[in-house]
Amino acid sequence: MTAALLLIAVVILGAAAAAMLRRNLIHSALLLILSWAGVAAFYLWAGAEFVAFAQVLVYVGAISMVVLFAVLLTRQNHVGDLLVEPGTRARATTAVTVGACMAAVLSAAVMASRFPPPADHAPVTSVRLIGLQLMRQHGAALLIVGVILTVALLGATVLAATEGKPDPEDTP
Amino acid sequence: MTPLQLCLLLSSGLFCIGLMGALARSSTILVLLGIELMLNAANLNFIAFWRFGPSPAPANGMIFVLFSIAVAAAEAAVGLALIIAVYRHQKTIRLQESSTLKG
Repeated sequence: MTAALLLIAVVILGAAAAAMLRRNLIHSALLLILSWAGVAAFYLWAGAEFVAFAQVLVYVGAISMVVLFAVLLTRQNHVGDLLVEPGTRARATTAVTVGACMAAVLSAAVMASRFPPPADHAPVTSVRLIGLQLMRQHGAALLIVGVILTVALLGATVLAATEGKPDPEDTP
Repeated sequence: MTPLQLCLLLSSGLFCIGLMGALARSSTILVLLGIELMLNAANLNFIAFWRFGPSPAPANGMIFVLFSIAVAAAEAAVGLALIIAVYRHQKTIRLQESSTLKG
């Protein structure tokens, strides 16, 4: 049980760290897909199968494609990108310092906290139960999320598809 | 160490990696992906507390995570569309060079 969790943790953290360190954006995106798949494996390990499949569908399937398209659409062949400026180096040092301090604070807090003992058995759940809860107690939230998704995707299309100069066909 | 603490340490590590990436990298896409990693770390916490909490409700944590994934998907779509729009105007995705609004 714990060994599987440690393995999943190594995959998630290793892939995420490697993605943030790579120079090539395509490599970063592919490593992040591996990291998201590791998160889905964690959900499976914790017994949340429905969320695991949602994670695979949304992150590994959809967001990864959008990210890869964005990387390819904004591709540049500059050699200048490979140069490390002093400003970048200073910012990286600051970022690593901030991240390390944050990690220290968070892990100290986690280690110092006393959590109540977990329940004897894992929570029993089923897709039917999730569906009923989503449509009954959380029906309003489900509708609002649907509206948010629709508006956001329409807005994204408008943002990405509008040309710099107005197209005569677009303006009525 | 209890499994809950291990899960929380895992999500803290993922959060900090995302934070470092968002702060250190100069490519806009990687900054957005760092933010996505931080969101994923928060989702890990929801599931960990749902699974190892003292008196778990049947599906609460999972429903939290489902809504969070939906909002994250919307955010990623809008963010990447913004990146493409900025790239079309300025022909760059580097943060330092998009300084038109800098005070």
